[in-house]
This record gives sequence, structure tokens and C-alpha cells, in this order.
Amino acid sequence: MTTATAQIGGAGGAVRYGSMARANKRALRWSYFFLTLFVIFFLMPPIYMFITSLKTSAEIGAVTNPWWVYNPTLENYTTLLTQKSFLTFFKNSAIVSVLVVSVTMVVSVLAAFSLARMRFWGSATLATGVFLTYLVPETLLFIPLFKIFATFHDYTGIALINHWWVLIVLYPTLTVPFCTWIMIGYFSSIPKELDEAALIDGASYFQILTKVFIPVALPGIIAAMIFCFTVSWAQFLYPLAFTTSEDQLVLPVGIVTTLIKGDVYNWGQIMTGALLGAAPPLIIYAFLMDYYIAGLTAGATKG
Amino acid sequence: MAQVALRKIVKMFEKTPAVQGIDLDIADREFIVLVGPSGCGKSTTLRMIAGLEEASSGEIYIGDQLVNDVPPKDRDIAMVFQNYALYPHMTVFENMSFGLRLRKFPKPEIKERVDSAARILDITDLLQRQPKQLSGGQRQRVAMGRAIVRNPKVFLFDEPLSNLDAKLRVQMRTEIKKVHQKVTTTTVYVTHDQIEAMTLADRVVVMNHGRIEQIGTPHEVYHNPTTHFVAGFIGSPAMNFLPCQLTENGNGLSVRVSDKLTFPVPQERLARYRPHAGRELLFGLRPEDIIERRGEPEPGRAAFEVQLEVVEPMGMETMVYFVVDGVEVCGRVNPNAARNAGEIMPLVADLNHMHLIDPRTDLVL
Repeated sequence: MTTATAQIGGAGGAVRYGSMARANKRALRWSYFFLTLFVIFFLMPPIYMFITSLKTSAEIGAVTNPWWVYNPTLENYTTLLTQKSFLTFFKNSAIVSVLVVSVTMVVSVLAAFSLARMRFWGSATLATGVFLTYLVPETLLFIPLFKIFATFHDYTGIALINHWWVLIVLYPTLTVPFCTWIMIGYFSSIPKELDEAALIDGASYFQILTKVFIPVALPGIIAAMIFCFTVSWAQFLYPLAFTTSEDQLVLPVGIVTTLIKGDVYNWGQIMTGALLGAAPPLIIYAFLMDYYIAGLTAGATKG
Repeated sequence: MAQVALRKIVKMFEKTPAVQGIDLDIADREFIVLVGPSGCGKSTTLRMIAGLEEASSGEIYIGDQLVNDVPPKDRDIAMVFQNYALYPHMTVFENMSFGLRLRKFPKPEIKERVDSAARILDITDLLQRQPKQLSGGQRQRVAMGRAIVRNPKVFLFDEPLSNLDAKLRVQMRTEIKKVHQKVTTTTVYVTHDQIEAMTLADRVVVMNHGRIEQIGTPHEVYHNPTTHFVAGFIGSPAMNFLPCQLTENGNGLSVRVSDKLTFPVPQERLARYRPHAGRELLFGLRPEDIIERRGEPEPGRAAFEVQLEVVEPMGMETMVYFVVDGVEVCGRVNPNAARNAGEIMPLVADLNHMHLIDPRTDLVL
């Protein structure tokens, strides 16, 4: 963009054309500057992980340039991917995450629909309560949860601790409140006339939800699903506290507990494991982001 | 096809009354327009007929059935909303057929009904489009189409033209009238626009403060308003109101609106107004009954002269404004006869169309 500054003849105030474009350009340059800083800051760790994952333990320990691989090897990848325990972690993580997403979506979509649309006694208080629940951090929750599990064991004799499937019960305590909150916001933004029209057209409340609300609020639902998947995939504290046997571990905990043997840190494999573990959310983001953004703009129709 | 009846309908929101005891009988195939200022309870009344609001008391009948406890979907009604309320994720065809599909109509019949409604509304080419690809007027047609395909007993319109620009509004108004002539279904139409009410309605229901002020044909509510409110609300520009004194004048009566201006009451009104002689009343006359003077005034017309304050040429007529005792009065004169602002203009008032209002009861005498 080369903007010529046209000088219009005449005494006094000459109009400088193109000054707005110049201001625009300067703003753009600054935003590029900060975006670049941002990208460097956030891409450095994964790049370092990737570089390290291609090194042998010897090279990692050697005093060389840490940002360069002198003898690249895929050994770390082959070791991990052929290791039974690593595949178990992966499988556990996948099952837990998918089930948590499903459970959360069913619960929070239903909850949000009723809180957003059906005015019943205490619905407003309940909606606020849902959000307040989200504000309590898991670091505070896991001890009382432990206590609840112990009491449950005392009464029923069923041990909930040290099973991967117990995480399907635990994670929703984090995901449901937040997803419900997002969905309440989305559902509330749908014009009231839309459900009234559906009501007159002969839809039941459940049909209004499935045939009108869910399709219309799909961008919101996908946003909630992405959030939910990320939380359950990356959750560290709960699985660390509630599961111990190697075959019950999920990926984040599994990597840390099996690849750090005493004070021996197998950095190459740790980095590889972490990188492989980060892949599924990345792929999901990459696919759904387009759809998500497309949905956001399409949802901007009136009525 | 069905008649609709409201019996002593009351709607309270918390402690505030929105509708205060409405009685209304709507005949089969009739086009009824509920009109009134915002907050007069017209939309609430419509929503109670639809079943979207529950009546606090009173009875609603559609056909012969008491429908107070019948959910909207079983009332066999269709409603057109102000903001169209089209399902944004469905095509026009899907929007129009949604109700039929929910009711499990056979596919060929759905197609037939949608096609025929689309033909009536001239939207056959749009059936595969999404609502966001349509203009405001097209969306309005689709919303009407969605109502027509259901072939309901009653059509309900909730200010359907308010979101359209002025020109389109006039077009769609005609369109709605045409559609009603083709699909003669009982219709209840809510609007705050008195011109819409006048042009569309078989009968107009003028509402104010949750009550019905007057029910009548457009001609009746315009020429024979029964209350101060109706007289002032229907008609644009609005009727002129002047405080006056009704005085006995030998055998006749006269209306004294100011020290300088006194109008004689026409012969045929004498009997009607005589019991009120001597009282302070409100004199009402529409702008079109105040016109330029041409020769000698005919019987029932009174000549007078005023100094014009403002002159508004409208093209086919010119509005002249002048002040009588501090009250602005509007007259409607031939553009060729109009004088300029500040000048004196001779006018005549057609007292055959005068109204006298009792300020204590607000009723037209």
C-alpha cells in the first residue's frame, strides 16, 4: 500500500489525503509486532519439546546447542508407541475424555435449556449457583471428594478409588458447571419468539430443544465441547490423586509417573509422550475451529 | 374456520393488570384488528388467544371449545411474529413444513400444501433458500406461508409489519389483505398503526389501558367514535380538540370555543346536545372538516378567519395550523387556496361532523 499524499493547492489548510490509511498501517504494524512476540512466546515450549524428542539421551545430556539436533532419531517415538503401558494411558485418556464430553453435554444442554427457558421457582438462583460451583478450584475439591468416596466405601463396600472409570464421575464436576453456564448464555440469546413459533407449530419442549435450540446453538455447543474435551484430556490433579495402578492411569499422569524413575528423568521420552499427548486436542481444534467460526458468523441472523 | 370468543378476560403480570376484563366476539372468517398505543394490552390479548400467556381469569373459546387449558399446539391456530421467528437453520421449505412434519403429515401432502402456499405468496423460487438469504419482505412472506400451510382455524398476527420500511409496509399490507381474500380464515391482527387497522380490518377493536374503548367497522370508529381516546387515536393528523361551552342561543345552541369564535350547532344535532346546554365540554373536529372558504358557507358550515402559524404542503393537500386560545388547531385545505404562514386566511368549519365530548366521562355525546 503506497499511499501518495496529495497536496491540494490553496492557501492555509491543505488536506493531507491518505492520513487515515497511514494511521491504519501503523496500527497494523504494531499488532504484527505483538502478535509475533506472542507466537514466539507460546511456540517456544512445543518447539523445544519437538527438538528434544528427536534427540538421544546422550545428546540431551551433552553440552551442545539445545536448539539444534545433531543426530536426529525416532527412537523415542518407536519406544513409546510400542510400549504397552503408554498405549494403555492413551486408551484410558481417550475413553475417559469421550465419555466425559458425552455425559457433560447431555447434562449441561438439558440443564441450560431448563434454566434459560423454563421459569420455575429458584431457577435464577440455581443458574447463579451453577456458576459459583465452577469458581471452586479442584485443588479444594479433591479432598472432600476423597472423603465422600471413603464414606461411600464404608456404606456400600464399593471402592471407587483407583479405577479409570471413576474419572468419568469426577471430571464432570469441573466441566458441567462451566458448560452449563456457556449454554445458558447461548440459549438465552435465541429469541423467545422462536420457541413460541415452534410451540404453536406443535413441538414439545423436548422437540424445541432437539429441533430448534441445539441446531441454532451449535457453535456454542461445539465451543463447550472443545472446552470440555481439553479439560478432561489435560486434567492432572484428579487422576494423580484418585488413580495409582499403572493400568488405570491416564496420559498426563502416566507420562510423569512411569517415565520419571526415581531421580532419573528420561527427558527424550517425556517430551515425546507430552507431544503425542498434545496431538489429539490440536487435531480437534484444527478441524472444529473452522466450523466453529463459520457457525459463529452464520448464527448472527436475526430471528 | 371458526369464531373466537373472549369472555371477561383478565391478565395480571405480578400485580399490574395488562388486560382488564375484555369481552369480544369474532365471527367466522372475520378480519379483526386490535389497535392501540403500546402497553394497551393488545399483544397480551393476542398471546392469550394463542395460548402463549395464560389468562388470569375469564374464558377463551375457539370454535365451540373452551381453550383456556388447551396448549398452543392443540388450539389449531397459527401465528406470525413481529420479528418473523423463522428457524435460522432450516430452508424456507423446511420452515414452512415444520408444523406439518411434527404432526406427521404424509410427504406428498406436505409438498402440495407448501407449494400451494408458496404460490399464493409468490415465494416458489425461494423454497430452497435459508432465512438469512432473504430480505425483510420475503421473510415476512415465509412467516405467513408457515401459517397458511397449517390451514388453521385462526390466524394471529402480532405487529407483522413493524420491522419493515415504510414502502414495503404498504405493499405487504395490501399483500395480507389479498391473502385473506384468498384464504378466508378468521384473523386477529395486532398493530399500533391506526392506518393498518383501518385498511385491513372488517372490524377494528380500539384498546387502551387494558380495556376495549370501541369495537366497530373502520368507518364507524372513524366517523362515530364513542370515546375521547378513540376520537383522538384514529385518524392522522389527529382530531382537533378545543375546550368549549355549549350555550343556549334562542331556539338553537352554539359552541363557544373562544371569546372571538362561536360555532352554531347544526339543526339535526340540537335534540342530541340540548340536555347538555350550559356545560363546559370538549369540542372535536377533524382537520378535513376545516377547509378553505369558497363562496357562501352551506348549511351546517361556519365561516371564520384565522392567522396561520405553520403551513405544511403535502402535495394533494396542505395542512394549515393556527392557534385558538392557546390550543393548536389543524386544518386541511386545497393547496391552491393555502396562504402563507403569518397571513390571515378565511376558513370554514363543517359542523355536521362535529363531536362534543363530556370531559368527566370522556364519552362522546
